[in-house]
Amino acid sequence: MCSEVIQVDVIIPTQTKYLDFIGSIGEHIAKDLEDFSGDREALAYHLNLVLTEATTNAIKHATQMTPKDTVRITIHIQDNELNIKVYDHGQGFDLENVPLPDFDQPKENGMGLYFIRTLMDSVSYTRQTDCNVLEIRKYL
Amino acid sequence: MKLNLEKIKDCYVIFIQEERIDAHNSGELKEYILHMIEQGQVNIIVQLESVRFIDSSGLGALLSGYKHAAAKSGKLALACCKQQVLSMFELTRLNRVFEIYADLNEVFENEA
Repeated sequence: MCSEVIQVDVIIPTQTKYLDFIGSIGEHIAKDLEDFSGDREALAYHLNLVLTEATTNAIKHATQMTPKDTVRITIHIQDNELNIKVYDHGQGFDLENVPLPDFDQPKENGMGLYFIRTLMDSVSYTRQTDCNVLEIRKYL
Repeated sequence: MKLNLEKIKDCYVIFIQEERIDAHNSGELKEYILHMIEQGQVNIIVQLESVRFIDSSGLGALLSGYKHAAAKSGKLALACCKQQVLSMFELTRLNRVFEIYADLNEVFENEA
């Protein structure tokens, strides 16, 4: 059981140099989480990876490639549920139409969402008034 | 992307000197490997001992190098993967594509 409540809200420019920073937040959360009985090292890597992939995705989909454009990332943990939201200002994409990687004919792209879907418990992508939100849940 | 290149026997060994390969530096790694292959350096070992994190773009950069080397009758193999890095290759079944060696000694023992 995880009894803590953690809320993190970060806004970064749409630049890949911030991926390390965002990923390391996930690692720190996993390492410091109280009352977590699972594989902490694995959770740390997975949160680092999922945050990195989701933020990379948002940066790639950004329409204004200027330092003024931003990606917002929120992480919320409560009642054993970890919730990550990544907000982008791009044109968006249809999550349901993103295929699984072809393991027999591997391609260089398309593995990021596969990681998110495989390592987390649920993923959704919705359009809001002025942005898109990739929402990821994991039950701890 | 910090790395060193060393020629050992008939292989070019890239020692990655970064803890992390992600979308910030994987493009540079991909270009570096492609440039080597264009120069005829087609037998490549990527030594990943320092790397403790790799994302999908890092896997993609290595896969790109693998395909280009194979197209020129060469090879790109990996060595010294940390367990969590190795698990990313397993999750994407790329461990079935790459030859992955425990260390450089194993690479060259196999060549002998």
